[in-house]
Amino acid sequence: MAPRKSERILNLTICLLATRRFLAKDQIRQVVEGYRGLSDAAFERTFERDKDELRAMGVPVETGSNSSYFDDELGYRIRRTDFELPPIELDADEAAVVALAAQSWRQSRMASSTRSAWAKLRAAGVETDSSRITSINPTVAAREGAFEVLWQAVLTRSQVRFRYRRGGTGTGEVRTLQPWGVTSNKGRWYVVGHDLDRGAPRMFKMSRIVGQPEVVAGPDAFEVPADVDVRALARSLEPAPATGTAVLAVRADRAPALRRRGRPSSRPLPPELAGAWSVWEVGYADEASLVGEVAACGADVVVLEPAGVRERLLRHLAGVAGAGAVEASTWLEESA
Amino acid sequence: MTSAQQVQRLLALVPYLLAHDGASLTETAATFGVTPRQLRADLSVLYMCGLPGLMPGDLIEIDMDAVEGEGTIHLSNADYLSRPLRFTPDEALGLVLGLRSLREVAGEDVLAVVDSALAKLERAAGSVHELAGRVSVSVQSGDDRIRDTVAAAVTAGQRLHLVYDAPTRTTRRQVDPGRVSIRDGVAYLEAWDLERRDWRTFRLDRIASVEPTGEPAEDHGELPASPEGWLEALVPVGEVTLELAPGAAWVAEYHPVLSVEQLDEEGAVRATLPLSDPGWLRALLLQLSDGVRAVVPPEAAEDAARAAAQTLALYRRLDLDGLGSAS
Repeated sequence: MAPRKSERILNLTICLLATRRFLAKDQIRQVVEGYRGLSDAAFERTFERDKDELRAMGVPVETGSNSSYFDDELGYRIRRTDFELPPIELDADEAAVVALAAQSWRQSRMASSTRSAWAKLRAAGVETDSSRITSINPTVAAREGAFEVLWQAVLTRSQVRFRYRRGGTGTGEVRTLQPWGVTSNKGRWYVVGHDLDRGAPRMFKMSRIVGQPEVVAGPDAFEVPADVDVRALARSLEPAPATGTAVLAVRADRAPALRRRGRPSSRPLPPELAGAWSVWEVGYADEASLVGEVAACGADVVVLEPAGVRERLLRHLAGVAGAGAVEASTWLEESA
Repeated sequence: MTSAQQVQRLLALVPYLLAHDGASLTETAATFGVTPRQLRADLSVLYMCGLPGLMPGDLIEIDMDAVEGEGTIHLSNADYLSRPLRFTPDEALGLVLGLRSLREVAGEDVLAVVDSALAKLERAAGSVHELAGRVSVSVQSGDDRIRDTVAAAVTAGQRLHLVYDAPTRTTRRQVDPGRVSIRDGVAYLEAWDLERRDWRTFRLDRIASVEPTGEPAEDHGELPASPEGWLEALVPVGEVTLELAPGAAWVAEYHPVLSVEQLDEEGAVRATLPLSDPGWLRALLLQLSDGVRAVVPPEAAEDAARAAAQTLALYRRLDLDGLGSAS
């Protein structure tokens, strides 16, 4: 039963904290309530499980022997200096920002970890007035199902395998990865690591991972190269540098995203557009995505140059105009 | 509630109660994120614990009468647990990432506080902080000058004049700033829009310029609770279903969807999206062109087709190629 188990594990912790010498298993069995009365086999099983649980929650259960001269039986203890949170003093403002950070997670496991971290700080004497900073409301979310397994795999250096959909569709292909780090960009999570199938570093978008990644080796299954900089790798997610420049006429105040990327141009406006329009030069890396972006602005943006982009845009728009006609006629027939 | 979670909490609860003699049951429960009932159950576990032997002098002492009577907690005889357990990697990195994302929207004054808190945490986290270089969060928060002006105005309660790039056009607004929030990696200013007489959110990275008007902000009451993410932030007026060719299937990944199903091996999908702005849908259909195979409701496709036809008509009028050959 859970309360009995909690009692037993807490009593074991206190016992191992209170001892300076390593305690042999038999001694532990005699003094810790909850082990007495168990059969030999049941005690072995229970003690091993309790010890694993303590280590999983970060309690440093040390194994060793009291004498290096005699062939002593192995024993256990918890060194206070390894167990205790080092002194930390936060002033009221620092405590307030840490409290905000502790409440920022919107992923259940991380939210519970940061709540527990905050409880530890409170227990270490950190005091705060939570109303101190109300001007900022940060949240960190992770909706991707693969997040938790990959996060743990990064922390424990465990090798993982998963199905990955390239281009966002299909059932995906199997990839095996030594995950070096995770990074979030515009709210999407990515995992970076050494891709064993490609023999090279790769970045994967977690939302394209099908189902749950499987841990196939570890912990401590690999070394992370010393010079890995996850933030620098994440920057490679930013748009490719512009290779072309388009000259666009933009209606006043319209198409802000295009203007924001561009700069005003001194090229002449077609006379028909004089007045409320202005000319902008906008760099682009990919012609197709520029055409899509300009098309989305409808009659608020005109491509002046290059002519090739303009022709492509006109074909693109003709596609929309044509498809609409077909759709409309279908709908009219159905409703008739 | 697993016993591992309970033991973890107990290891923090004991030092907390030693440091806060007479703490209230309800406040302590709130601090630890549990119900008062769960906290009572925790105390009854602690009541049975202590040094090996568990003779009366060995047990942790709790005044159970005060717990049941006044609702206050007096715990003693547990000096071996006077400090909490050190941070697990999850705990330390969770705080570090939370602070780092906060850092990306903080004004100068809060920035200094965040940095000193980060330094202290990293010292206390010991070897865990080596992992801190392997996790990162970035927030779209616009340029420093705009972020600082906004942050200062929120703190000082100054009315702002914004030049704001809404999706299809640049607008000019007067706002009373309420709060800066981060949702899904994007920073927003939540502010009272004086013209619209309501709370609005503005992406910091789309504020083209910001200046205090010189007037103080007025009190507009409580800010509405922030939605947790963009899906919740939308006020849908309807929904739209798109059949997307493989090359346009990214739409179902990029935009919030109500449902999505795969149509064939090549990767065509049918996605249903919440619709809050018909203008947004028209722009999307214009952008995707024949990447969209079918639209429900079909009026949306007609609307986009009309906009495309108008644009084509504009090009015909301008006769840009004719212009080129004449010069």
